[in-house]
Amino acid sequence: MVETVLETSGLTMRFGGVTASDNVNFKLKARELRCLIGPNGAGKSTFFKCVTGLLTPTEGHVYMRGQEVTGWQPHQIASLGVGIKTQTPNVMDALSVHENIWLAARRFYNVVEARERADSIIDRLALGAIARTQLGQLAHGERQRVELGIVAVADPWLVLLDEPAAGMSAQDVDRMTEIIHELTRFAAVVIVEHDMQFIRSIAQTVTVFHQGAVLMEDHVERVMSDPQVRAVYLGKKA
Amino acid sequence: MGRSASQDVMITLVVSAMLIWLLPLMISTYTLTVLVIYGMLGLSLGLIWGFGGILCFGQAAFFGLGAYTYAIAAINIGESTLPMILAVLVPAVFAALLGAMMFYGRLTDVYLGVITLVVTLILFKFVNSTAGPQYVIGNARLGGFNGIPGFQTLNVPGDPGAYIWGDPYFYVCAIALVIVFLLVTWLLRSSFGRIAVGIRENEVRMGLMGYDVAARKTVLFAIGAAIAGLAGALFANWGEIVTPNLFSLGQSAEIIIWCIVGGLGTRFGPIVGAAGLAYLKFMLGQQSMIDNTLVMGLILVLFVLFLPRGLVPAVASLLNSIFGRTKRKPRPRRMRRARHG
Repeated sequence: MVETVLETSGLTMRFGGVTASDNVNFKLKARELRCLIGPNGAGKSTFFKCVTGLLTPTEGHVYMRGQEVTGWQPHQIASLGVGIKTQTPNVMDALSVHENIWLAARRFYNVVEARERADSIIDRLALGAIARTQLGQLAHGERQRVELGIVAVADPWLVLLDEPAAGMSAQDVDRMTEIIHELTRFAAVVIVEHDMQFIRSIAQTVTVFHQGAVLMEDHVERVMSDPQVRAVYLGKKA
Repeated sequence: MGRSASQDVMITLVVSAMLIWLLPLMISTYTLTVLVIYGMLGLSLGLIWGFGGILCFGQAAFFGLGAYTYAIAAINIGESTLPMILAVLVPAVFAALLGAMMFYGRLTDVYLGVITLVVTLILFKFVNSTAGPQYVIGNARLGGFNGIPGFQTLNVPGDPGAYIWGDPYFYVCAIALVIVFLLVTWLLRSSFGRIAVGIRENEVRMGLMGYDVAARKTVLFAIGAAIAGLAGALFANWGEIVTPNLFSLGQSAEIIIWCIVGGLGTRFGPIVGAAGLAYLKFMLGQQSMIDNTLVMGLILVLFVLFLPRGLVPAVASLLNSIFGRTKRKPRPRRMRRARHG
């Protein structure tokens, strides 16, 4: 039996009168790749934030590898070996690419090993030419790639990505797809995404959110052709 | 990472040896001593603000706390070694408690500024109001606005009769500053320092990497306070009296100005800013035509407008453009613009 690495039961998040996440039961197996989709305001990002500890859910529980992590701080969750990328690029602009990735590696490895790992991930992501450049001077796609490097360098067993392809060129998206596939060899990956093209190219199982709750969960092709999903996601007329 | 650690130490030692040798030929050691002490105070804020992103409006609180701790302990103990150690520890512990409260409470920059400011004010008001005979710690009367005079000043450890004062005291302070500078250099080269800079740049990202941001900021804040406390104790020895003015808001504001003018995000900048501006203030104090706070304000405005990165980074990039590629490229730092400044 494949281990369940991430599970939520009855996860509910209310902001005042608004229920942004409504009784979400979610299960993710080891090395699974899962996309979360849904229209704006469907509760994908709220769900993401509850799982990563950026928000504390009003009700319900979050388990990682069987351990309850509800209400934990993001740094505690990350310390378990969970790689997290938020929606807006969260990087250290005044530091070099190498320093950014080194800092991520240093959390789990000693100084020497951290440098070796940073070097090797920089090679794998083809960032060698800009390794000593400050992040603030890089293009958006490169910054996204560096942030993926930050996530990947610590060898996570669970990777949570919020809109990794947002605002990237087609070429960058292709490279991103490649990197994500590589990640799934060792880690379970959850991707919150809008870009249908990207989802088609990468996903197998897709979870559709609608009005805070899970609408359906199935293979990407079946989800795409489902009339209900088309109605909520692509607009009524589709 | 630019220069190697041993090169860094060598350059520091050579430059500081030259300065310690040359400066007394130009400026009296009595004045120089206080400039060195202010340099250390500037460095303490330069460390936590420039490298940790913690803008503390109350660095004077730790400075004053160090000075008062020294004075009170020296009166009670009568020998200076233990009071010096206490003067470092008490502000550090105080800052650790205050910092833990602020950082675990996840206060944002503005509130952090307000709280440190208010703590300074509280200490100032409190110490000012302790003139009565009932305010006594051991044998030491707190003395209110009159301060505490007549305590044992620095002596050779173990020999309370052998006072260190005058020229030797200057050398003690200067060497203390060099040691603190080297320790700060070492700290910033260590993983702890690099992580602190990461936190300055992006707290959320460092948290998502798995670093306990609140704990690390608390430790850095306490280290800054320990350095400020040491500076305070040295200042108490220099002045041979401690007064509530050490805690004043003017003092706190001046430290911030030193850092901005000298150059935030450098180790050397805050020291240069502190010593330079303090010397300027000293010179201005000898005439009565212009009010020196006016000049200070003018300097701050001019720097913020024309040299927002401060003196040391500006000079470094100027030298770099003159000497071109033969010199090491100074790591260009894009600091967050100083708020409230």
